[in-house]
Amino acid sequence: MLNFVTEIFSSYPWLIVLVKVLGVFAVIMPMVAYSVMAERRISALIQDRIGPNRVGIPFTRVKLLGLGQPLADGLKSFLKEDFTPAYVKRIFFWLAPAVAMIPSFVVFAVIPFGSFLGAQKMVIADLNVGILFTFGIVSLGVYGIVLAGYASNSKYPFLGGIRSSAQMISYEIAMGMAVVPVFMLAADSAWQSNLTGTWKGYLDGVGLLNLSSVIAYQSDSFFSWMIFKQPIAFCIFLVAIFAETNRLPFDMPESETELVAGYNTEYSSMRFALFFMGEYAAMIAGSALMVVLFCGGWTLPLGATLDPNGYFSTPADGIIQGVLHMVVFIMKIAVFLVLMIWIRWMLPRFRYDQLMNIGWKRFLPVSLANIILTAIVLWATA
Amino acid sequence: METILFNLFAALAVLSALLVVVNPLSRNPVTSAMFLVTTMISISGLFVLLNAYFLAAVQILVYAGAVMVLFLFVIMLLDVEETARRKLRVVSLTMGLLSVAALFGVYKSSLETTYEKDLGSFEIDGFRSEHFESVSSIGEKESFVTVGSTQALGQELFSSVNGFILPFEIVSILLLVAMIGVILLSKKELK
Repeated sequence: MLNFVTEIFSSYPWLIVLVKVLGVFAVIMPMVAYSVMAERRISALIQDRIGPNRVGIPFTRVKLLGLGQPLADGLKSFLKEDFTPAYVKRIFFWLAPAVAMIPSFVVFAVIPFGSFLGAQKMVIADLNVGILFTFGIVSLGVYGIVLAGYASNSKYPFLGGIRSSAQMISYEIAMGMAVVPVFMLAADSAWQSNLTGTWKGYLDGVGLLNLSSVIAYQSDSFFSWMIFKQPIAFCIFLVAIFAETNRLPFDMPESETELVAGYNTEYSSMRFALFFMGEYAAMIAGSALMVVLFCGGWTLPLGATLDPNGYFSTPADGIIQGVLHMVVFIMKIAVFLVLMIWIRWMLPRFRYDQLMNIGWKRFLPVSLANIILTAIVLWATA
Repeated sequence: METILFNLFAALAVLSALLVVVNPLSRNPVTSAMFLVTTMISISGLFVLLNAYFLAAVQILVYAGAVMVLFLFVIMLLDVEETARRKLRVVSLTMGLLSVAALFGVYKSSLETTYEKDLGSFEIDGFRSEHFESVSSIGEKESFVTVGSTQALGQELFSSVNGFILPFEIVSILLLVAMIGVILLSKKELK
C-alpha cells in the first residue's frame, strides 16, 4: 500500500503540490474561523463583557466555551439573503469579494510553514524571489477593496475605496524598504556555504531572496532573530502590516463611525463574509510573514542546555519532529494574531491625514536611514 | 506544457491589452484599468516562463500593485465619465497601423540579427534544447541558467567594470528630475 502511494507521488510530482495546497488550505480556514472567534472573545474581555460562549457541539448541551460559534456564524452568513442593490455596477460588484480574498490565500504559497515531512520540504512553492512574490501578491489585495467601493456606486463605499488605494500605496513602500535590511543580513552567500547537516539539504538550490534562508539565518539563538537585530525594521513592518490588513488603528477604508461600514456597506450575506474571511486570512498571512522574517519561522532556538541536539532548531529528520516544527510555527502566528486583536481593541483610529503623514514623512525616511545604517555596519564589520 | 502556458499567457496579454483600448461592451475607464492589470499579470507570467523570476515579481509589485492602483485612484478621484464612442477616422487609423508596422519591423530585424549571431537558425519549438546545446558548447550553460536570477541581475546592473551602472544612475537622475518637476508644478504658488 505504502509502496503504491509513493509510486503514484513519484510519477506525478504535481500531486504532492496539490496535497500541500489542500493541507495549507485545510489549516488556514479553521484558523480564519477561530481568529474571528478569538476577536470576539478578546474584545469582550477587554470591554468587560462575556462574549459568545453558548454555541458548542450542535444538538447537544455541550458548550465547550462557545467553540462552536464559527459554525453558527458561517451558517448564518450562508442563509441570509444575498441582496444586490439595483444601482451597483454588477460585474465589479460580484468580482470584488473574490478579488479581495484570493491574494490573502495566494501569499501562503511561498511561506515555509515547517521544515521537512519525510522528504518533502514544507513550503508549496520554494521560489528564489519569495519575498518579492509576497509583496507583489499582497499589493494586489487592494483591488478587491477599491473595486468594491467603486462598484457599490454610493458615497460611503466609494470614499472607503479611495482611502484604501491611497493608504496601500503609502504603506507598501515603507513595508518593502523595511525588509531590505533583513535581507542585507540574511542574503549572504558566505554563511550559507558554511551550513552543515540538514540545513544544507533544506537550503539546497534556493536563491538568496528565499524566505527559508532567512529562517536559517535566525536559527542560532534567540538573539539572532531579526526582531532583535533589526528592531526598527520590525516596528515599521508591524505597523505596515496593520495598514495593509486594514486593521485598527488604520482601518480607514472601513471606519465604521464615519463611513457606515466603508467599502463593504452594500454587501450582505456570503459576499460580506468573503471580505471578512479575506481580512482574517490577510492577518494570518501578515503574522506568518512577521514570524518568518523577524521571529525565526518554525525554529525555536532553546539553547544548548535545553535542546542539545537542536531538535527544534534544525530541519527535521522524522515525521514527529516535522509536525512539531509546524506546531511551533502556528503557535508563533497565534501570538501575533492575539497581538493584532489586542491592539485593535485598545487604540483609537488615526485620522486620515495623520495616517498619510506617518507613512510618507516618518516611516519612509526612517526605513531608508535603517538601510544605510545597516549598510555602514556591514561595511565596517566586513 | 511550457508551450501551452506561453500561448495562454500571450493570448491573455494581447486580448486584455486590446480590451483596454477597444472594449466593445464598455467605455468605462475603470474597466480599461482592470484589463491593463490583467495584461501586466499575464506579462509577468511570460517572464516566469523565461526564468526571469525577478522581473516577473517586480512586474506585479510595481506595475500591477502600485502604478495601476495610482491610476485607479486618479480615475476614481477625478470621477472620469464614461467617454463617448468616437468615430474611427481614416487618418488616425492609418497613422496607427503604420506606426505599429514600423515598430514590428524594428523588433523583427533586431531579433533576427541577434539570434543569427547567437544561434544560427532559430525555431520556436527547438528553442530550449538548441540554445542549451549551442551555449554549452561554448561552456556557458551555467551562466544561461542563472541569467534571470536576482543576483545575476544585480551584478549585471551594478558592476562598474562592464555592467550598466552608468545608464542606471542616469535613469535614476532622470526619475529624480521628473519627481522634482511634478512637485514644482503642483505647487500653486512658488516662494
